[in-house]
Amino acid sequence: MAGPRVVVAMSGGVDSSVAAALLVQQGYEVIGMMMRLWSEPGNEEQNRCCTPDALAQARRVAAQLNIPFYAVDARSVFYDAVVTNFISDYAQGLTPNPCINCNRKIRWSFLLQRALSIGAEFMATGHYVRLTKSEDGLIHLGKAVDLNKDQSYVLHVLTQAQLKHALFPLGEYTKPQVRQLARDFALPVAERAESQDLCFLGEGDYRAFLERTNPNIKNPGPILTSNGTRIGEHTGLSFYTIGQRKGIPVNSSVPLYVLHKDIQQNALIVGELAELGRNQLRAGEVNWIAGSAPIEAKRLAVKIRYKAQPVEGLVTPLQDQTALVQFDENLRDITPGQAAVFYDQDKVVGGGIILPELHV
Amino acid sequence: MMSNNLSYFDYAATTPVDQRVLDTMLPFFRENFGNPSSIHQYGQHAEGAVENARASIAHYLNCRPGEVIFTSGGTESDNLALRGVAFGMRQQRGSNHILIPPAEHHAVLRTAHHLAKYHSFDLEYLPVNEYGLTTANDVAERLRPTTAIVSVMYANNEIGTINPIAEIGAVCRNNGIPFHTDAVQAAAYLPVDCQSLNVDLLSLGSHKFYGPKGMGVLYVRKGVPFIPQQTGGSQEMGLRAGTSNLPYIAGFARAFELAHIERELRTEIVRPLRDRLIGRILEEIPQSQLTGHPHLRLPNHASFVFEGVNGNDLLMHLDLAGFACSSGSACKTGNPEPSEVLTTIGLSRDWALGSLRLTLGSESNLAQVDQLLECLPHIIQGLR
Repeated sequence: MAGPRVVVAMSGGVDSSVAAALLVQQGYEVIGMMMRLWSEPGNEEQNRCCTPDALAQARRVAAQLNIPFYAVDARSVFYDAVVTNFISDYAQGLTPNPCINCNRKIRWSFLLQRALSIGAEFMATGHYVRLTKSEDGLIHLGKAVDLNKDQSYVLHVLTQAQLKHALFPLGEYTKPQVRQLARDFALPVAERAESQDLCFLGEGDYRAFLERTNPNIKNPGPILTSNGTRIGEHTGLSFYTIGQRKGIPVNSSVPLYVLHKDIQQNALIVGELAELGRNQLRAGEVNWIAGSAPIEAKRLAVKIRYKAQPVEGLVTPLQDQTALVQFDENLRDITPGQAAVFYDQDKVVGGGIILPELHV
Repeated sequence: MMSNNLSYFDYAATTPVDQRVLDTMLPFFRENFGNPSSIHQYGQHAEGAVENARASIAHYLNCRPGEVIFTSGGTESDNLALRGVAFGMRQQRGSNHILIPPAEHHAVLRTAHHLAKYHSFDLEYLPVNEYGLTTANDVAERLRPTTAIVSVMYANNEIGTINPIAEIGAVCRNNGIPFHTDAVQAAAYLPVDCQSLNVDLLSLGSHKFYGPKGMGVLYVRKGVPFIPQQTGGSQEMGLRAGTSNLPYIAGFARAFELAHIERELRTEIVRPLRDRLIGRILEEIPQSQLTGHPHLRLPNHASFVFEGVNGNDLLMHLDLAGFACSSGSACKTGNPEPSEVLTTIGLSRDWALGSLRLTLGSESNLAQVDQLLECLPHIIQGLR
């Protein structure tokens, strides 16, 4: 008799294919599903994770593993929940991470619902994270063994209700081991290239995408120094990121950095390296993995970007699913729209989206 | 391999190759492998086999062997018919008008679009009624002296409706206009006599009647204006170039022969099962509707729509419950758009999205049908 039924979210890539193979080996009743996500019309062939080719690769893997496999159309729900947010976040001066949104609203909501509706007990993905369960029944989200591949940052949004259905078979392996497993399982995708870019942008540039999708995004305004002196004109706030140095259209004898985006005045505030950085941030939409906020402030390791090194800070839970994080020193690239994820050693405590700071 | 306890309800998509057909094919892979165009005795034997096959098929089609062209399948046959005659009629008579119903298979529909878009043919759609049926009168009212070709499918693959081909053919014949029918879906159960059907061209594909995939036939009545579309060697009377696919040609002929001989027997097996499916489903599932004609339909074909159900989800649930079914055409990309055929016959989006096609065949039996009938109402209830 087969073990518990699990749906594996497959992408045709190495990671999700090996995840599926491992679960088959472990005796689960495995079903593959692949979401068709939205691509810009005319750009469908470039979408890294759901092109017809990726779909064909996933089908080959499923056929080899002898598991049922279904394509699930998620184009309109993905567009509504992820792409429109991406566009409007940029319009508001934020630098969003759409993968987080996708995990929250598509993969671990829309697709999980599909999985549960066909009687699956679990859903699995090829993410590199580890789950552990403590004696009180709580499920903890931990970093992967392979810290280079660790994806706990983008999964900090998961709730206990989602985690209790989640399986992450790759968390104990390094990427080279996973490639070796793919070869050992003789999976046809063992040598497939890694997908890196935002799936729906294909190989294109996000700035060009924004210009095509939102004509209002090209909204020139002043470039100001921190004391308010106008020193140039920018092409639209969406095209700049906090901490950015290259591409600021100003002649200056010293290197200038983007310090802040003032949405009200449509002004780009720039300054020297010494002026860059803040020692605190406020995060919204905070998810606490344990299901509720810690009772008191706590010193935790905080990651402010996917690839950033964690920095210790005092995390204070506040009202309305927000939190304040205070660092000992200034951090240069606190970027509204990105996530701040809080770690206690290797465990994710929670995280939220960095809010734009009112500039004074 | 597929799970052992899966019941197959998708014979309209394709059928398994009959063992007798396979046995006919096998010697032509290694023993009698010659090229029918070669002069030596390998070639002679091969050519003999090809012409035997052609003669046998012609016999059952009630036409001359020289009117049977082998192709790579139903889609190629449809393409060749429309393109071959459209260009032939344009060249010979300056004709420029194409007449088809909008409920045709994509092999006809998109070929006609292509001819309109890239070759400036004037494409006009025939009306279809709520059952997807086109009448001879519909055709008569729209024929023009400049019509190059009329194409109406014999039986609809999605909804099973059988069109009055002989009557439509008579109208076309009286007006001297070439008439093609796509008989790919029909040939497994309906007689395909090219004389009594009054057709000038007729498409077949063997995998719908227990023959191999990738093998088709186009009947082309002698004298119909026709320009070949694939050029090269002078195989197939110069109408379709390419080395004859001998094992598959032999397989086609054997499968077609068996379909003819066993037609009544096969029909007697599937028809009562189909009637049971239709009767019970309409009775037991609320907000359900039969698509296609209630009795002018293929005897193995039952198709439905269910209001407020996602057809793709329905297929996934049925598959996991052990029933291999279809929504109407073989599309696996999870496309949520309703079928053009279903919207053409006037179904609203909320109904058309919830389509289910159950087609029966050689391995179908009452136990499978009853298991499906047991399961389906629960699945649909769960999806609503």
